[in-house]
Amino acid sequence: MNTLPPVIPEATTAGGLLLVLLLVLPLIGVFAALILGGRNARRVAMLAIPAGLALAVAIGIELVQSGHTLVYLLGGWAPPLGIALRADGLSAAMMLTTAVVLLAVALFARGDFQTPANAREARAPFMFWTLLMAVWGALNAVFLAGDLFTLYVALELLTFAGVPLVSLEGRPDTLQAALRYLLFALFGSVLYMLGAVLLYGAYGTLDIALLAGRVRPGPVAFAATALMTAGLLAKTALFPLHLWLPPAHAGAPAAASAVLSALVVKGSWFLVVRLWFDVMPGVVTPSAAQLLGLLGTAAIVVGSVVALRQERLKLLVAYSTMAQIGYLFIMFPLAFDSAGNGPVYGAALGGGLLQVVSHATAKAGMFMAAGLIYAALGHDRIADLAGVARAMPVTVLTFALAGLALMGVVPSGAYLAKKLMLDAADGSGQWWWVIVLQGGAVFTAGYVVLVLVSVLRRRSDPIPLVARVSRLSEFAALGLSTTSLLLAFAALGPVPGNLVSTPLAPKELGTFLAVVLGGALLALGLSRQPLLGTARLDTGANEGPLRRSVAAVGETFELADRLIRRWQFASINLLVLAALVGGLLVFGSPT
Amino acid sequence: MNGAALFGLCGAALVGIGIYGLIVNPQPLRKILSFNLIGSGVFLLFGVVARRGAALGMGGDPVPQALVITGIVVAFSATALAVALLLRLQETGGSATLVPPESAGPSDAS
Amino acid sequence: MNMALLVDGSLVVLILAVAIWTIAVRDSFAAVVGYAIYGLMLALAWVRLAAIDAALTEAAIGGGLTGVLLIRAAVRLRPTESVVAGEMPGRFVKALAAVLAGTVSAALAVVVLSLPVPAPTLAPQVAEHIASTGLGNAVTAVLLSFRATDTLLEAVVLVFALIAVWSLAPDHFWGGRPGLRYDLEANGMLAYLARLLPPLGIIVAIYVFWVGADLPGGKFQAGTLLAAMWLLTIMAGLNDAPPVSRGWLRVALVAGSMVFLAIGFAGVPLAGAFLAYPEGYAKPLILIIEAASMLSIAVTLALLVLGPPERGAQP
Repeated sequence: MNTLPPVIPEATTAGGLLLVLLLVLPLIGVFAALILGGRNARRVAMLAIPAGLALAVAIGIELVQSGHTLVYLLGGWAPPLGIALRADGLSAAMMLTTAVVLLAVALFARGDFQTPANAREARAPFMFWTLLMAVWGALNAVFLAGDLFTLYVALELLTFAGVPLVSLEGRPDTLQAALRYLLFALFGSVLYMLGAVLLYGAYGTLDIALLAGRVRPGPVAFAATALMTAGLLAKTALFPLHLWLPPAHAGAPAAASAVLSALVVKGSWFLVVRLWFDVMPGVVTPSAAQLLGLLGTAAIVVGSVVALRQERLKLLVAYSTMAQIGYLFIMFPLAFDSAGNGPVYGAALGGGLLQVVSHATAKAGMFMAAGLIYAALGHDRIADLAGVARAMPVTVLTFALAGLALMGVVPSGAYLAKKLMLDAADGSGQWWWVIVLQGGAVFTAGYVVLVLVSVLRRRSDPIPLVARVSRLSEFAALGLSTTSLLLAFAALGPVPGNLVSTPLAPKELGTFLAVVLGGALLALGLSRQPLLGTARLDTGANEGPLRRSVAAVGETFELADRLIRRWQFASINLLVLAALVGGLLVFGSPT
Repeated sequence: MNGAALFGLCGAALVGIGIYGLIVNPQPLRKILSFNLIGSGVFLLFGVVARRGAALGMGGDPVPQALVITGIVVAFSATALAVALLLRLQETGGSATLVPPESAGPSDAS
Repeated sequence: MNMALLVDGSLVVLILAVAIWTIAVRDSFAAVVGYAIYGLMLALAWVRLAAIDAALTEAAIGGGLTGVLLIRAAVRLRPTESVVAGEMPGRFVKALAAVLAGTVSAALAVVVLSLPVPAPTLAPQVAEHIASTGLGNAVTAVLLSFRATDTLLEAVVLVFALIAVWSLAPDHFWGGRPGLRYDLEANGMLAYLARLLPPLGIIVAIYVFWVGADLPGGKFQAGTLLAAMWLLTIMAGLNDAPPVSRGWLRVALVAGSMVFLAIGFAGVPLAGAFLAYPEGYAKPLILIIEAASMLSIAVTLALLVLGPPERGAQP
């Protein structure tokens, strides 16, 4: 895994026009869908997305061949007066992942969002395809723009495209989830903008590359970093700011949930990386990074436990997203070396990038599988999933592969990501993250085992299906999950040979079995569904003290989560977090 | 203490007032109002930055002014979307609240 | 303590007083009216900061259109406001929120007062290059030449927001007309104003657009004026909102951005970069972009205020 070092040319590079094309293509798609209307929205999307994938691949090839960041000066004006588009390895990988996931989602949703034959235009199908391209355009803008204010506009684009996907079905609970998402996301954007204002006031530019040269530790840089980080964390739904995520991602239609979980939350994460790694490397302190890692750990633990307590499959997958977002922040403390210098472009960033890509593909596959089960059964109650494995083997396989990919089984991207981050942890002497990285897989395994056991349970009679699901949808989902599982082989750039061992090596097999066993124990203790025996809920009369206390632990986590997700609590936490980050920047050890 | 600094303090105070309103007021409409207060406070701070950059016969640095104009339009779009969501929520759900329905027992849609 | 400082000081006191009142007053409708007042006073603050373009935009969009939007919402939400008001948090939460908000304000004040002097500014660079755009208004030059992509993306933001608003329509009203039908009271004051003001408003809008090249003004302010005039005729019942499935409406929405993109791409062969203008043609091209965008902005802003389709397409 090899992210390109930040040697940034100052003028437009060859191949820079590709960046403009990839930025503009989805926007033209949205306009075309609006003008042509009706069924053409889907046709435009099915044309534009493969074209965009080709562009993303072309950008990747150009990047590797030229060996430096691709730059395009918009309007021919150089920063600080003008705006530049920049694509480095991180951007290119994200844009490629976005295009791949969107292609799979488009194939998956082809049958779901069809305009009925007697209508010229129907709301939900027209909106879905238009919003799909809108999200894509916004994400490309986030990955390419090199100016903090342009990034603010891009973030708003992303929010305006993501929120209606939540409320696409129009039910009151999804409308409320969408409103909470919108308001909290707006709170985050306004804090981000506040930080940008301070940075301009002190340094006279908002261009990322120029700021990197001008920013010095001081009250302005500390305040700006604290505010912008807190605002972006609110949009990424990192614990404890995750109040909007579970109902929003669970309430959206499956294809929309896949896009929201896999891609939309990654946009703001990407900006945190840009801020910390590119703009503020001399300003952010290791202790502030440890705070991010700590919140990530809390996200993994709380998210996984509450996921285990869920009764509905889509809510379980949504809480799983919340837990996996925690993994994305463990790379921050690991990017500092033992002397406290950083964050550096190295193994930790590579691991984080791999984690993001593998999570995007696996989570999209998982949501698609959950959506297929819901469509086929008419419900997604985990307690009543017995017999699904026999009726829908491809879908269950998709879920299993996605789960394995998230758990970090060889040769998934998550496995390689974990290896890279373990390397970084060893190199910088931060042994505590080793525990988190190894232990996190057990928590993930918990809910994966829970679902797999539920679907593998036998029924005496064949399960009643209310609808048939299309083969194309099933295989699109399977393709995505398989991609995630095999990601280690497809990782960009040369992979050191000893990083990927075979799945059947004794050490790997042993780790895998230990993880699965640990997960099964967690599921046994914490979940509401009975794992062993008949599909009948325990009355509680015969529970031993151990079972009761473990169940109490689970209930405590759930209650805590419900408390943390109240608006007043979460918004107060947002400010406290900003203050904590600020404080750790001011008083942390200087780099 | 000149005029620009005075407006800078005003902007900082507006941000604080808006944040308080956003946290405390339960009605979503009041939250939207508070968000607009915070936004206009941030823009005012940007305007102060612009004024401090006055040079060469221009009353202020034109770049922040342009960014403020863009920001005002974006804030309006956000308000319009939030209001539309809120009204639709009230129509379909009967009440306009951000508090999810507390279901007894396992967490359901909350 | 000179006169200017006194004026600024009283303006600041007024602004903060209205802002606090807006947060604290119990009735939501009163709060919204307070916000509209606040927006207009904020426009005065912008004038004092010598940012007339921003003042015009704040008065038009920040105070005016946002005020209209929120007042319509407050009226419709009146029945449920008191119910939701019962969820007001207790004193401890309020105190904590006040402390945190106060800390943020104080930290901001400290940071703002400690910004470097002399302030870094891009004014010299703008002054150096503005001749190539042929414009006299530096803000317009920044918006449409140096940072044209921001303006393009912002037009896209408006379209995305409108798409999002339209997505909230009930399925059976899809393609229909937004908002409620207003009854025409032929001899009423509103109808009288709706006949008198729009021609004047359109002339003023065209003037603001035209003069924005060299003096404060431009397409945003002009577009808002046009939107307001259109909304006035709809609200008076003289006109009805068009159905959202109308082809011309859809084209009008995206025309500005499409022209922007077309001219932008034309810049690649002709001027060497996307959104660069060929030598000597900058001002006419900018005016073409502004004219198309002004119409799109007007249509989009008006539709954002009207909301999602709420009735069928029949008149």
